[in-house]
Amino acid sequence: MAKRIDVSGLNAYYGSFLAIEDISMTVEPRSVTAFIGPSGCGKSTFLRTLNRMHEVTPGGRVEGKVMLDDENLYGAGIDPVAVRREVGMVFQRPNPFPTMSVYDNVAAGLRLNGKYKKSELDDIVEKSLKGANLWNEVKDRLNKPGSGLSGGQQQRLCIARAIAVEPNVLLMDEPCSALDPISTLAIEDLIGELKERFTIVIVTHNMQQAARVSDRTAFFNLAAVGQPGKLIEIDDTERIFSNPSVQATEDYISGRFG
Amino acid sequence: MSHATLTPKNRSSLRGATLPKWFPWAVAAGSAAAGLGISTVAGLHSSIQWALIAAVLFVAGSFGISSRVEGRRQAKDRVATSLVWVAFILAVIPLASLVWETVKRGVEVLDGYFLTHSMGVVGDAEPGGGIYHAILGTLEQVGLATLFSVPIGVLTAIYLVEYGRGRLAKAVTFFVDVMTGIPSIVAGLFILSLWVLILEMGPSGVAGSFALCILMIPVVVRSTEEMLKLVPNELREASLALGVPKWRTILKVVLPTSVGGIITGVMLAIARITGETAPVLLLVWGTDFINANPFKDPQESLPMYIYLQYNAGSDPAHDRAWAAALTLIAFIMILNLVARGIARWKAPKTGR
Ligand SMILES: Nc1ncnc2c1ncn2[C@@H]1O[C@H](COP(=O)(O)OP(=O)(O)OP(=O)(O)O)[C@@H](O)[C@H]1O
Ligand SMILES: [Mg+2]
Repeated sequence: MAKRIDVSGLNAYYGSFLAIEDISMTVEPRSVTAFIGPSGCGKSTFLRTLNRMHEVTPGGRVEGKVMLDDENLYGAGIDPVAVRREVGMVFQRPNPFPTMSVYDNVAAGLRLNGKYKKSELDDIVEKSLKGANLWNEVKDRLNKPGSGLSGGQQQRLCIARAIAVEPNVLLMDEPCSALDPISTLAIEDLIGELKERFTIVIVTHNMQQAARVSDRTAFFNLAAVGQPGKLIEIDDTERIFSNPSVQATEDYISGRFG
Repeated sequence: MSHATLTPKNRSSLRGATLPKWFPWAVAAGSAAAGLGISTVAGLHSSIQWALIAAVLFVAGSFGISSRVEGRRQAKDRVATSLVWVAFILAVIPLASLVWETVKRGVEVLDGYFLTHSMGVVGDAEPGGGIYHAILGTLEQVGLATLFSVPIGVLTAIYLVEYGRGRLAKAVTFFVDVMTGIPSIVAGLFILSLWVLILEMGPSGVAGSFALCILMIPVVVRSTEEMLKLVPNELREASLALGVPKWRTILKVVLPTSVGGIITGVMLAIARITGETAPVLLLVWGTDFINANPFKDPQESLPMYIYLQYNAGSDPAHDRAWAAALTLIAFIMILNLVARGIARWKAPKTGR
């Protein structure tokens, strides 16, 4: 199911403000790619162009190509809703639907998109919650509100919700930034398991996390505030963290700026 | 922890001297007594005069004593607290006395008979009769107005919050604002000219409902808009990112999250139009007989019944007016309570 993403010459705007400029990269299927870089360099913006969520922001506009295997996401006649079913997303802040139970939250993507039999849904919900390492903690309270879980549980609930619709790609924007070390570890382990089935892109400010979970790492930077963010380099994670080819990357990773 | 009492000399810097809990009550009692005493001596008779003197004494007294013992910050705090209480009491007195007066005079003739009979065979000066026809008319007119206004108002609000960009949205917002300010008599005249003078239809309940719609729609739009804006964008994005189309996101995520508030807003709008008299007077005309058909011939309504009975001038008519007023207030209060209940029941759940 996992698919390759091929980006070329991508610009993204907020109104007339060019937030990221001329980004080209390839994201390999069945691997984890980490995005690192200083705050405001456009990591979230770029991530959201990969499932056409950028245009949801008022004034959001994208130029360039994003190929998902052999289909251009920004080609003519492409339905953004269909794109988002293929490319799922987990947000920085856990955002379960407050009116829905744990069960309904996981089933939301399926239910809102069509009809399923109860038994089918039961299976998918259990599988997704197990996939998100949450099943044991919530199996006795599936009908309780999803917003009654702890922050870390909520985030895993959101991951379960995202994988329940079986996307090809999973985008995660700082999924652990609101979590404690134990929940973080649980989610990192989960990412390791999920990459067997999905293409995963994760934004993180935590260098160790990038080093631990990712196969490839992309470093973004911006020349100055108000300037567009750019991709500096993308390479195997080991190389980026041991012997990057650009000086700025080494400076950032070793904490000499940013 | 030491239990030593605090003497001013060796006072911990974190703990100040505090006046006992009963202090405000003591000052209140003292100033009330002083107010009464001063008034008696000076020969003032109005209860407002001695209450004012007592209030001033209370504020000044608690400030003076408290700033001596507790310091200026606490003294100011006490003054602010008492001002808030005064404002609260000033706001509650008219409301409480209105309810009290209405209940006292309304219960005289309010009974099962009164609620289930019309004025068909009862003269204005005779006792007896009832408000069945008026209740029926009010329920039908307000029900129809709600039926027309809620879909229009809620859909308009959804358009404004979820889709509206640019000129059209600005224009709609502007017209909703203008509509909010339309006096009810003008709404009535507008429908009168359209319905009776141009379409040449006779008076009927539904004509009144149309005028009530003009008053109700802007209220529904405004309150629904506010409720929809309270729904965090993250929820919309979470749903969109699951590949849910926008209209379904609105229907299944945005509306359920805000439905409690929307229903409260609708109930308050209903409460507002239930008391309207002017459009009913122009378009529904009123009658002493039971007319269950809102689409043909004049109907009665509660506010108009109150108005007409009070104008009739006789004692039994006055009693009936008060009883009808009590019914109207009770009806609106029940609506408000229902609205609160629904809001609480539908509020997003946070419990475990
Ligand atoms: N909704 C928006 N409207 C206008 N400008 C925006 C909006 N969101 C982000 N930007 C701008 O786009 C640029 C990139 O922001 P983005 O959120 O992608 O950064 P980021 O790399 O994710 O930062 P962080 O690490 O702090 O999350 C910033 O200059 C930001 O001010
Ligand atoms: Mg970000």
